[in-house]
Formats: sequence, C-alpha cells, structure tokens
Amino acid sequence: MLAIIAVFLPLAAAILAGLFGRQIGDRGAQLVTCGALCASAVLSVFVFYDVAVLGHGRIIDLFTWIDTGELQVRWALRLDTLSAVMLLVVTLVSAMVHIYSVGYMAHDSSIPRFMAYLSFFTFFMLMLVTSDNFVQLFFGWEGVGLCSYLLVGFWYDRPTANAAAIKAFVVNRVGDFGFSLGIFAVFLIFGTLQFDPVFAGAADMAGNTINFLGWQVDALTVTCILLFIGAMGKSAQLGLHTWLPDAMEGPTPVSALIHAATMVTAGVFMVARLSPLFEYAPTALAVVVVIGGTTAMFAATIGMAQNDIKRVIAYSTCSQLGYMFFAAGVSAYSAAIFHLMTHAFFKALLFLGAGSVIHAMSGEQDMRKMGGIWRRVPCTYAVMWIGSLALAGIPYFSGYFSKDTIIEAAWAAGTGVGTYAYWLGVFAAFITAFYSWRLLIMTFHGSPRADHEVMHHVHESPGVMLIPLFVLAAGAVFAGAIGYEAFVGEGRAAFWRDSILVLADHDSLGRAHEGVPEIVSLLPLIAAVAGIATAYVFYMLRPALPDLVTQRIHALYLLVLNKYYFDELYDRLLVRPAMALGFGLWKQGDGATIDGLGPDGLSAVTRDLSVRASRLQTGYLYHYAFAILIGVVILVSWYLVRVVG
Amino acid sequence: MTSGFPYLTVTTFLPLLGAVLILVLRGAPEAVARNARWIALWTSLATFVLSLFIWVNFDPTTSDFQFVEQSDWVPTFNIAYHMGIDGISLFFVLLSTFLTVLCVIASWISVTSRVKEYMIAFLVLETLMVGMFCALDFIVFYMFFEGVLIPMFLIIGIWGGPRRVYASFKFFLYTLLGSVLMLLAILAIYFETGSTDIPTAMAFNFPAGMQKWLWLAFFASFAVKVPMWPVHTWLPDAHVEAPTAGSVILAGVLLKMGGYGFVRFSLPMFPLATAYFTPLIFTLSIVAIIYTSLVALAQDDMKKLIAYSSVAHMGIVTLGIFTITQEGLQGAILQMLSHGLVSSALFLVVGVVYDRLHTREIARYGGLADNMPKYAFVFMLFMLASVGLPGTSGFVGEFLVLVGAFQVSTWGAFLATTGIILSAAYMLYLYRRVVFGVITRADVRSMLDLSPREVLVFAPIVALVLWMGLYPSSFLKPMQPSVANLIDRVEGAQKAAGLPDATVTAVR
Repeated sequence: MLAIIAVFLPLAAAILAGLFGRQIGDRGAQLVTCGALCASAVLSVFVFYDVAVLGHGRIIDLFTWIDTGELQVRWALRLDTLSAVMLLVVTLVSAMVHIYSVGYMAHDSSIPRFMAYLSFFTFFMLMLVTSDNFVQLFFGWEGVGLCSYLLVGFWYDRPTANAAAIKAFVVNRVGDFGFSLGIFAVFLIFGTLQFDPVFAGAADMAGNTINFLGWQVDALTVTCILLFIGAMGKSAQLGLHTWLPDAMEGPTPVSALIHAATMVTAGVFMVARLSPLFEYAPTALAVVVVIGGTTAMFAATIGMAQNDIKRVIAYSTCSQLGYMFFAAGVSAYSAAIFHLMTHAFFKALLFLGAGSVIHAMSGEQDMRKMGGIWRRVPCTYAVMWIGSLALAGIPYFSGYFSKDTIIEAAWAAGTGVGTYAYWLGVFAAFITAFYSWRLLIMTFHGSPRADHEVMHHVHESPGVMLIPLFVLAAGAVFAGAIGYEAFVGEGRAAFWRDSILVLADHDSLGRAHEGVPEIVSLLPLIAAVAGIATAYVFYMLRPALPDLVTQRIHALYLLVLNKYYFDELYDRLLVRPAMALGFGLWKQGDGATIDGLGPDGLSAVTRDLSVRASRLQTGYLYHYAFAILIGVVILVSWYLVRVVG
Repeated sequence: MTSGFPYLTVTTFLPLLGAVLILVLRGAPEAVARNARWIALWTSLATFVLSLFIWVNFDPTTSDFQFVEQSDWVPTFNIAYHMGIDGISLFFVLLSTFLTVLCVIASWISVTSRVKEYMIAFLVLETLMVGMFCALDFIVFYMFFEGVLIPMFLIIGIWGGPRRVYASFKFFLYTLLGSVLMLLAILAIYFETGSTDIPTAMAFNFPAGMQKWLWLAFFASFAVKVPMWPVHTWLPDAHVEAPTAGSVILAGVLLKMGGYGFVRFSLPMFPLATAYFTPLIFTLSIVAIIYTSLVALAQDDMKKLIAYSSVAHMGIVTLGIFTITQEGLQGAILQMLSHGLVSSALFLVVGVVYDRLHTREIARYGGLADNMPKYAFVFMLFMLASVGLPGTSGFVGEFLVLVGAFQVSTWGAFLATTGIILSAAYMLYLYRRVVFGVITRADVRSMLDLSPREVLVFAPIVALVLWMGLYPSSFLKPMQPSVANLIDRVEGAQKAAGLPDATVTAVR
C-alpha cells in the first residue's frame, strides 16, 4: 500500500499542478508537487526498509492492461531490492530537485507547468523501475522520454530548445526501435512478457536459435542485443549519444534530475533487471562491455574540450554511464547499480551546483566568461568540490567505492573485453579528473572574465536552493561508504537476493574480492590524481599551456571540440536524405508517377475517349453499364465453363 | 442470439428518420438552419445511446452473430434482409454513431451555407455506415457500402475547399473502380453458393483457383478504401478539400470499411488465396508505412500531413490483419478504432485553427502554446496518441500488430517498426512548427483558445483515447472469440489444403 501511494502521489500532484495550475497558483503548484515528492521519498524509505532490509519483496497486482488471450500483460508494481533501491534514489533526488526548482525557476512565467512536468516525470520513472513486465517497462520508458522532451523544450520560444527536444525524442525512438523488436522477440521465444516466467525459462532457452532477418541466430543473444539498443538510446551510449548534450537546453534542474540522476540511468537499470536473460547471452554481454568501455573513454575526451559548463557535465554523465554498462557487461550488475546510486547523488549535485553558478552569473554558461568568483559563492564552490572529488573517485568519497569496484571487476572478469574495459576505464579516470578540475578552476579561480555588470550581481543562491545541495552533498560524501558492504561487499548476496542473477562462473565481483594485484586497484587512483595535477598545471600554474597544446595537435583538438562530427555525419547521412526522399516521393512518386499514370492520366485518356465516344452518341453512363455487362458476361461464361466443362 | 427488439434496424434507420424530419422543415432560413442542427444533434445522440445498449447487451463470450434479424426480401433470388453483428463489427458501429455526434457539434458554427442539406447528408451517411457494418447479406452490404460514396461525394463537392471538384472526382473515380470489380465478385459468389447470405459464404469452401480471382476483386475495392499504397493518392486531396467534419468521417469510419472488408470477407471466404497473397499485402503495407511517413515529413499543409500519416497507420492495420495471428488481428482492429478516434481528433484540431485563420499552411502558425494553452494540451495528447505513446490508444494496437507480425515475418516487423521513428519525426516536427516557437503575426496572436463547445467535442475523445490506452480490455474482450474463431477458420482451411504453417519464425 505504501508503495502504491509512493508511486502514484507524484502523478496526482502532476495532474493537480498541470491542469489546475491557474486555480492553485504558482505557490500552490510548488507546495503540492514538493509536498507530494517529499512524502513519496519518506514512504520510499519505509518501502526500502521493508523490501531490501527485511526482505519482504512482493508483486502488487493492480489490474489487467492488455489481454488478447495469448498475450497477457498486467499493471503491477514489482518490489524487490533492485526496485526498492531505484525507488529510494529516484524519489530522493527528485524531491531535492523539486525543492531546488522553487528557487531556480522563481522568475519563470510558467511555474505550475514546470513543476507538473517534473512530478509527471517522476511518476513515469517510478512506473519504469517497478514494472513487472516488458510492456510496463516500455510504458515508463516512453513516459520518461516524453517528459524529457517536454522539459528540454520547456522554453518553447527558443528554437534551439525545440530542436533539442525533438532530437532527444527521435534519437530515443531509434533506440526504442531496437527495444520494441527485443520485446517482440521475447514474446516469440517465451510466449509471455511477464518477467517471472521469462526469467524462469531463460536457462532452458540458452543455445536455442531463431530466424532473424533470414539468419539463424542464437535466440537470447539477438534478443538481448536488441533490448540493449534501447538501453543505448536512453542512456546515451556511443552512436545514440548525440541527443544528451543538446538536451542541456532544458532548465538546469531538469538536467540534474533527468539527464544525470535518473532517466539516463534507465538503460543500466534495464540491463540489471534483465540480468537473468543477459547472463545466458554471453555474446550480448561482451557487446555491452565494449560499448560501455568505449563510451566511457570517448565521451570523456569530448568533455575535455567543451566550454559550456553544462555540456562538460553532460559528457561526463555519458562517460560515467559507460562505466555502469561495462560493469553490467562483466556481470557486476550490483556494482553498476551501486555506481548508479552514487552517481545520482554526485552528478545531480554537480548539475545543481552548476545551476547555482549559472544563477549567480546571470544566466552565463560559458566557462570562458567565468572565473574568480569562488569567494562570492562559497557554498556552491564547496559543493562543487565535493561533487568533483566524488566523481574523480578520490578515497572515501562515494565515487571512490563504486568506480573502483567497477574497474577492479572489469580486470577480475579475466576476459579480453574485460581487460579492454579496464584500461579504457583507467584512462577515462585520468581524463575525468582532468576535466573536473578544469571546470572547477575555469569557473571559480583565476581573474574574473565576466563583464563588470555580471560580476556586480554575483551572489550566493538562496536557502531553498542550498539545502538540496547540502543533502545531495551528504549523499556524495557518505553514500559510498555506507552502501559498499551491502551493495558490492560480502553482504551483496543477502542484500540483492534474487533480484539480480549472476552465474557462478561470471562472478567477477567475487573474484575481485579474492584479490587483484595491488597495482590494478591503485591505478585508477593514480590516474585520478595525475588528472587533477595536470589540470592544475594547465589552468592554474601555466594558463598559456592549453593554447600551446591545442595548437600543436590542432586536428585532434578540432575533432574532439566538434564531438567527432557525429551530428554533422548524421545530418548528412540521415536527416537531410530523409527530408529529400520525402519530398521526392511526394512530388515524383505520388504526383508524377501514381497520379500521372493513375487518375490524372486516366482522366486525360477518358476525356480524349469521351470526345470520340460522343461522336458515336454515347456517354459516361453507358460506358459504365457496358463495363459491368461485359464483366457479367465474362463471369457467367467462366462459371459455365467451370461447372459444365 | 436473436433479440426481441430490432436494435440493429432501429440504430441503422433512426438517423434516416431524422433526415426526413429535417427535409420537411419549412420556414425562415435562419430558423430552418437552427432546427436542422438541433434535430441532427438529438437524432445522432439518440442513435449513439441506442448503440451503447447494443454494447451493454452484447455477449462477449461467443463468436456467433448477435442481434440477428432476418426476413425475406427477394426470395426468388435468395436475397434476404439479414442483419447481425459480432465482436469484429460491434465497435465499428459504435465508432460510427459516436463520431456522427461529434461531427454535428463540430459543424455547429463553421457550416453556414445549406445547413439543412448538410445535416441531412450526415444523417444519411450515418445510416449507411451503420447499415454497412451490420449487413449480413451481400446485396444489403453492397448497397450500404456503395451508398456511402454518395453523401461523402456531396459533402466534399458542396461544402469543400477550392479544389473540391477535382478532389471529389478523384475520390469517386478511385472507389468506383474497385466497386465494380467487387460487384462482379459478389455475382460470382452468388452463382457459386446459390445465395447472397454472408455467413453462408463465410463457411463455404470456394475452389482454390476461384478464390484468387475473387480475392483480387474484393482487394481492388478494399485496397482503395483503406487506402493502401499505391492507390492512396485520392486521400490527401479528399481530406484537404473536405470540410472538417467530412474529414472526420472520412478518416474515422470510411477508411475502416476497407480494413473491415478484409477481415469480414477476404480472410474467411478465401483463406487459400489469402495465404497466397499475404506477401503482396505485407509488401504494400510496409511500403505504405515507410513511403507515406517520409512524404508526411515533407508536407507544408496540416491536413495533408495528417492524411499521409493516416495511410501509414492504415498500413499497420493491413499488416496486422494478414498476420492471421490473435495479436495481429486484434491489434489491427484496435488500431482501426484508435486511428478512427485519433485521426478524427487531429482533423478536428486542424479545424479549430482553420476556423480562426482559414488556412492550413503550417508556416502561417507558430507559438500557439502562448495564447492557446488548452489547445496546445489537446493537440499534444492526440499527437502522442498518433505516434503510439504507451498509455494512449495508439500504442496498444500498433504494439499488438507488430508483436503478431514478428511471429510471421521478422523482416516485416523490422521494417514496419521503423514507422515508430518516422511517425515521431513528422508529428513532432508538425507540432513544433504550429504550437512552439514565437508568435510573429498579429492575426495569430489574436486567436482565442478553445471555446466550451470545442472542449465538449474534444473531451470525450480524450477520455476514450486514454481509456483504450490504459484499459483496452473493454475493447479486446468482446472481439476475442470472434477473432479466435476467424483464425481457426482460416488456419483450418489452409491446413486442410496442405499449406505450411504461416508462423515461420519458430524457436529451435
């Protein structure tokens, strides 16, 4: 019952604020949504205690959704440790973002709409994490995608925001294309879309094949890869990542909640949730590792060269999601979820901190126009440090526990792809630390680069924005140390119970605990410290150095600065050809060919014929009747031939 | 089940009675127009309520025809007045009666010339539509099926836009071509079975060679109605020129006649030919989905864009019907119902701004979210239903069809699923250009938000779209036995003829 209230309160609040915003006013909408979310968060704590700690996992059945006799899907809430963890993280971060938004969006003209979207998003996210079947998962999946679209395009009078919103939705749809096919394949293979029977049947299906697009392929492998394409879209992995940086057009609280802490992690959640399926598809897992590892590295390199404070953090998110994926790929699902949780805290913190900076700088987002403000915004400065330390994986901050576990697990997996991910992970750790301190130094230190007017207005954010920052900062500091034992330590089996399946010979975490070489576990930390040191040298001690280096490797720098030209490539290869093809098919296909040969051509011929026919003193009607008559004659004679002959 | 009260006959002919009442109206033009509106409203409302009774009394556990009425008509030729519905036709009757009410309300102010004739045309149209879905005799069916063309032709030709003559001519030419062939096929069936009774023909085993010819004749008629690619080009023109309510009926009900025809006739009567021609249908459906979606992307006229999207959505329907799976067929029927609501609503959405600014050109609008928030909300909801967002009616049908298609042909499902990407692209792009952005023109700025009458039109569709999306069981349950029975019939006949199982994507 508590869980039902926790999930549906945000929906109720969204409806109230969204449809009756004018009646209850700005303040009313803020109170309703923040109140609902805080209540949800408190209830989630109870649910988490009941389900994850006491082990009272259960499925709350609501009502039938789709029933065709063969295919049956029900609305239900699945409560186990995995969903309880997600429930807690989502409601907590969401509640903080709601409160923060009261301050951040104070001067906006559509506050009720904004708050309603945020709550609506939270509802879909909760439906996603508590789903008990593939279709409800897809419901939540598309729902959060919708809210992301609405919130990215929240300032609908900005063309860039509208473009980014459409891009986010359509690129996600490309992922959904794979996801949908994956769901169809699951139904084909298992005859059901409910999780439990599918999971129970997975072991027996291992090794079976289906015919997919003419090839006879391993059933579970192709299914899992298709499903993973969906995860790649939502979690902005290599190839389908282009929407995430653009999504920064949305208000900053949105970036913190949707594009850092919750929605973009849905892909990771999906792989963990479907661990009983992925475990029997080792090839699919290898694909997950390679994509994850490559994205971790690839996105980090782009992050080095960006100048927009939010885009740096966005690419960082992309990269950290890559870490989570390769963790899941080496069967360290619990480590992936652990990092998902710590990342939710410190990345939401970094985004909201960045929001606080932007707020202070009168809306400026370009780091080249910041600098020298740390004394003026001490609280923001402090929380940004905490977030960065956690992100870089400096000991005893939360990221240290989760990220190091992931990197060690990748090594301990002992596979080729695992080693690949390990090295990319270590190198990405260096880059992560580098861009984080580049961000800190460019934003807060050095001489002020903003104009006098802006600098004059620099101020610390109000309490309503700072309190959420402090809460999240606490999470960024302590979540790792508190959660380590249960999430990925010796107590992990008792904690996760059967919500995550790891086959005995895939247990990379267990092997990591048995011991990896000292240098293997130290290397990420060394890389991080080196990254910080490099950033310090580049941006603090020798500010001329970055320019010098970028000139030396100008081509490489341009490649990274322009994000490897993915957008340009897609535009040339897909967007423009699609538009041109559409126009061509319309004018040439429909217009010239079909109409030309069909009705228009026919009418021309008819007109011609009727001129001649009229000379023979006949008309249209006669033609028509005559046609029928001929037809009847043919049919009757054919009938006679068949029956008589 | 034969019920005492002739529900179907009364539901069918009640609108005609209203039309006759309007016909005899006399007096000042103003008063006649007002009375015609009110009579049309009350008649259509009463008909709708009556059709609700049919739903309530419908027995969802059987696949038999219900509310059957039968009496001799032309006994010499074995032609009977035979009416009845099953789980497949039930909701099409409801869709017709429901949309007629909305059409009357939607035309309340926007139609000012020849109001009397306009309302008569719609009521006659309702009679013909309902009769068509209830008919169980070929002659009765054919009369209703073809009769529908006449009021529709008049609605486009008289109350339509500037190119209405070209559009109505094209519309008529296309549909007539198919009809002639269907009439010939009906004659052939009569010669073969000795009666024009539809249930008799449905159970009759036609010779395999004959099935192909008859199937093609019916196909010619239904493919134009659906419309399937490449005989779809009449639709964008007809929609663009038709008045709003005409578009609603056209998209909402008339397109469904083709899909209904396939399910009702082609599948059970010609199971062998169906198996033979399934690859053709799949190909045409997939071409329709991808081709028209791309064309929709390039449109600059709102109505044309939605018309092209209709062709794509109906491609999903024909794909689903010919999967001959429980999911595919039920999905196809649900998709037809959903499309009947959603595309009608989208045409009404266009109608709202057309009434204010008298242009359908997308570029003339922009920024409507500012001064028309209610409108923006309604438009958003129907746009999402159109792109098949889960929770709306559009999702369930499309999803079930694709699930069914995947079992029969992974290539088919693979290509058809690209539609979910393309539909999102063209609908979002449309919405962005109309609703988002900054208002740059004074006449756009002065547009008023939805009036209470317009809200009244949209509210029930919104409710139904969500109902169908969140709890589609209300609609899936009654059609389940009929669909299962149909599949048994088709697969049984195919097996008897030694055809292989259609489900090729087996797990090994």
